[in-house]
Amino acid sequence: MSAVIEAPLAAPAPGRRSAGVWSAAARRFRSDRVGMVSLAVAALFLLLVVASALGLVAKDWQVERGVPDAPPSFVGPRAQAENVAAAGPSGPNVDISAVDPLAPRYQEWAEAAKKYQTTAAARAATLPFGADRLGRDVLAKAIKGAQVSILVGVSAALLATTIGTLLGAAAGYFGGKVGDLLEWVYNVFTAVPGILLIFAFAAVFGRGIGSVVLILGLAGWTGIYRLVRAEFMKHVVRDYVRSAEAIGAGNVSRMFRHILPNVSHVILVQLSIHVVAFIKSEVILSYLGLGVGVDEVSWGTMLSEAQSELILGHWWQLAAATIFMAVFVTAFSLMTDALRDALDPKLRGLE
Amino acid sequence: MAAYLIRRLWQMAPTLFGVVLLVFLLFKGFGGDPAEILGGLNATQAQVDAIRQQLGLSEPLWTQFGIFLKQIVTFDWGRSWATNESVAHLFATRLPATLTVMVPILLLDTLLAIPFALGVAYVRGSLTDRVIMIATTVALSISFLVYVIVGQYVFAFQLGLFPVQGWSDSLATNLRVYAPLPVLLAVAVSLAPTTRLYRTFFLDEIGHDYVRTARAKGLTERTVLLKHVLRNALIPILTNVAVALPGIFVGSFLIEVFFSIPGLGREILLAVNRSDYPVIQAFAIYIAVITMVVNLLTDVLYKLVDPRVVLS
Repeated sequence: MSAVIEAPLAAPAPGRRSAGVWSAAARRFRSDRVGMVSLAVAALFLLLVVASALGLVAKDWQVERGVPDAPPSFVGPRAQAENVAAAGPSGPNVDISAVDPLAPRYQEWAEAAKKYQTTAAARAATLPFGADRLGRDVLAKAIKGAQVSILVGVSAALLATTIGTLLGAAAGYFGGKVGDLLEWVYNVFTAVPGILLIFAFAAVFGRGIGSVVLILGLAGWTGIYRLVRAEFMKHVVRDYVRSAEAIGAGNVSRMFRHILPNVSHVILVQLSIHVVAFIKSEVILSYLGLGVGVDEVSWGTMLSEAQSELILGHWWQLAAATIFMAVFVTAFSLMTDALRDALDPKLRGLE
Repeated sequence: MAAYLIRRLWQMAPTLFGVVLLVFLLFKGFGGDPAEILGGLNATQAQVDAIRQQLGLSEPLWTQFGIFLKQIVTFDWGRSWATNESVAHLFATRLPATLTVMVPILLLDTLLAIPFALGVAYVRGSLTDRVIMIATTVALSISFLVYVIVGQYVFAFQLGLFPVQGWSDSLATNLRVYAPLPVLLAVAVSLAPTTRLYRTFFLDEIGHDYVRTARAKGLTERTVLLKHVLRNALIPILTNVAVALPGIFVGSFLIEVFFSIPGLGREILLAVNRSDYPVIQAFAIYIAVITMVVNLLTDVLYKLVDPRVVLS
């Protein structure tokens, strides 16, 4: 008995506290080699997104720096087509200034034109990864597209997670009438197939980056809601929550200061899963013309341009968008798997 | 059974009401003014007012909701704003094309994934298993768009094995000539994730006691997998197919867009692009109804597949 009472007194020396949930998870994550590599790749992409958002790279993606459809450098410049212009007229020009009513003003216009003289920028015959139909650098476009696609995916996932967590917490914590009401909302949202819901939202919200985030977030919160609700229902009856109530913690405090940290690992994994799903959705929406605006570029708009280019044998834009997207999504998915294994060891081995 | 069905149908009512309310409020609150969309850019204020009067848009919100409900119950949505085709007719004529493509996709996908998943589950934990799993992860990370773009280019444009796109009025021609490439591409893309999913179903079952008992009896691994595991894993597989079933009515809109198939999915997309509200609203609500009915039928089917399931 005395040993039990004295146990707290013999508190572990400072620095020897037992590992918390998060540090234990971090240790498990670090020992996962695939997870670490994919984390590094994903971090590299996020760095690229930040650099691109700050204008450090790919700021001038709209500048037409190559000839139209310039091939990649490693392919080499395209062979000159044999379309020689028709021979120009030979001999001196016939002087028609006597009958030309505009003749007196030619001099004046030539003077005016000099003020606006522009030098035609030299256009490269090849670019590192080729150029699109207008001669814009495909590599810069892919980087800018990564910024838009990843930002949309992350923002939409954050929005969906916030909605799902708030509603799920309320439904699981309060239950009763509030729970029934929220269950009804959930049933309504899941009754309409996801893609139809997205289309309906797209019809009313229009195009643009903000709209896509809103559409995906509003149509995609239901899965997170369901999981968070189940977790809250499980936790609300536990002793630590009742203890919190006993010391006078209010509803909001119990929900978000006591329970939320204990279910945050579930939410984090869901957030990560939704980032990947939403990036894929954004690409499809943009391809269909329901996504980002016409003066913006995303992986989806690149793919839609690439479709008509491929018929002409210009494969580089398709390849660039595909490679960028495949590398990022693979890395992010593997990272999510590792994250889930590290945070929720119970799930390990399910896949 | 009858009592169960009646109760389930009764429970659908509030959800259905919610879907109608959601669609109504969404378009009322955030959508553009229908009168202005219908009137076009050159409409005078008087014309816009007249359209508003005609559609009942100047009535109070409750009356408008009443009109909306009446349209749903009587299946009378009026006409598409863009093509003046009646919405019911639109629905009826676009559905066959969608089903012609989607039913073979769903069937092939399910029937091919089961043996593949069994095979992968049989060699679980081996190098082959790991390689297949990693390959599917990478394959999944490439957008569906890329597969269709490249597939259409290579098989139809370069090799000329199939028509690039098109559709006819005869079911036989459609199935023989126009449907194979879309179906093939869609199945090729969906097979990897389906196989992965079914593999987890099989692996879940393999851990159970009855499998150990069967092995202890001296049955071969093949018999255990094919007779014992497969039958039990059919329940989650059935659920998965049921979840996918309502999707065949929406259609794979991407496939339909790529191959110019005049189906429901393409029609919805066109409606979204034209701000054709009656069509979008009607589709959203009817597909929701179909989804709920299919879900109910699945629950009843469970009972047939697994006598242990108690309907409650």
